[in-house]
Amino acid sequence: MDVKKVDHLAKRIIQVMVGIVAVLLVLIIGYILVTGLPQESIDFLFKPSQAVKAGGGIRDQLWNSIYLLILALLISIPLSLGAGIYLAEYAPDNKLTHFIQTLIEILSSLPSIVVGLFGYLVLVIRFNMGFSILSGALTLTVFNLPLLTSNIENALRSVSDEQREGGLALGLSRWQTIKGILLPRTVPEIITGVVLSSGRIFGEAAALIYTSGQSAPALNYLNWNPLSPESPLNVMRPAETLAVHIWKLNTEGLTIDADIVSAAASAVLILVVLLFNILAHYLGNKLERKLTGGK
Amino acid sequence: MADSIISTDGLRLYYGKKEALHGINLDIEEKKITALIGPSGCGKSTFLRCLNRMNDLIDTVTITGTVKFRGHNIYSPKTDTVKLRQQVGMVFQQPNPFSFSIYDNVAFGLRLAGIKDKQTLDERVEKALRQAAIWDVVKDDLNKNAQQLSGGQQQRVCIARVLATKPDVILMDEPTSALDPISSSQIEETMVELAKDYTIVTVTHNMQQASRISDKTAFFMNGKVVEYGDTAQIFINPKEQITNDYINGNFG
Repeated sequence: MDVKKVDHLAKRIIQVMVGIVAVLLVLIIGYILVTGLPQESIDFLFKPSQAVKAGGGIRDQLWNSIYLLILALLISIPLSLGAGIYLAEYAPDNKLTHFIQTLIEILSSLPSIVVGLFGYLVLVIRFNMGFSILSGALTLTVFNLPLLTSNIENALRSVSDEQREGGLALGLSRWQTIKGILLPRTVPEIITGVVLSSGRIFGEAAALIYTSGQSAPALNYLNWNPLSPESPLNVMRPAETLAVHIWKLNTEGLTIDADIVSAAASAVLILVVLLFNILAHYLGNKLERKLTGGK
Repeated sequence: MADSIISTDGLRLYYGKKEALHGINLDIEEKKITALIGPSGCGKSTFLRCLNRMNDLIDTVTITGTVKFRGHNIYSPKTDTVKLRQQVGMVFQQPNPFSFSIYDNVAFGLRLAGIKDKQTLDERVEKALRQAAIWDVVKDDLNKNAQQLSGGQQQRVCIARVLATKPDVILMDEPTSALDPISSSQIEETMVELAKDYTIVTVTHNMQQASRISDKTAFFMNGKVVEYGDTAQIFINPKEQITNDYINGNFG
């Protein structure tokens, strides 16, 4: 065959591949939304769940998911920023550095159920934290750190050395170059990484089943005392998240309308991730514009 | 020489164990353009980067000998590299404006030096952009991201960025080799203009450029200075046969 025909064929094959991926995605998301959305009501979002009776909502699970996400990000973003900056900018090119990078790679490919069991054994049992938001958030940090660290490391590495030299030649210290020139440039990539990992955290069930637990004691949203067991802010209370709730409904749930609640909850899960995506990109763009001065 | 602003004495540089510069003695004269020429890999860029300690960034590099800037050895432990690099600025081969607005690019070094007053900043930024001969092009567009400019314009912003901190010396590492001929000749004109107030040391592969704009020329080869003198003498009447061969393109 001549070059033109091969080229044409290759393009066609690639188009078919893209088509398959797109159709799959549309089908999955479409299915979840079509089965879930009709069951949705404002009420569903704001009433507590039911263990057996029909007509339960997802109020506490939704809150737990959001709260866990925020906590996990609050812990893992600073840590991974530090680690990523060190690996990309300061780490000497030696065996220790390669060893750390290999560890990070291994950690990032650990199945989440293994991370969850690790959290159970170490945090819940050994450190006596019990099934709690804190155990869950720390486990999610372990789960999230390697990916976010390599994301930040790669983002920094993708900035050309000319930029670094430009900064240093102006008399900037290394840290000033990182802070003033490299980080502002990498904000969009870092935001994308945070959004992706947020989606993973928000939808994560396996790592949380044995750490933040499978029960959602009713919360009193007027109680802002973080030490009170019914306060939504308490980090030492067990907290079933949305994803764990869906998993539980479909495995051992006794709830009569389990399929309806799980369909509706799945739709909420997807919509929240989508919302978070849009918000994060909006904020990221704003931040980038502010940092890079393009007013 | 009385009016040399930078002078190196027995400057040797090693990458690991390999010696790349074999004892360079060179006096750079103030408010002149000095061109460093020579075949690729001869050490001229390496030498240039010794003059503001940019080679410090490479872990395996060791340097012996002295580089004196205004009589002070810049490799003495007392040297403040931040201050040094503000006095000895650098322009690179690849234009490297930061991903900021044009204004912020030029103001960056000034803010770093602690200048906060808006009016002073405005004045210094305008002056630097004028000196770099780009003010008229960008004056209505100072908030535009500098990376959206053309290559030649980016390089001018980079020159302005260096000028803003009022250095004494500007090192240029093949500043025009990534630019088109028109932008190149405009940058050359700017360099000649700047040499009235600044000392410029430039690395170039372009023999015409070296002969057109420089006052002094140093011919490097295999990590040594083969010949150093007035540009006219080097180009018209070189002492060494090998300099003559290189300038006339008979090898390399």
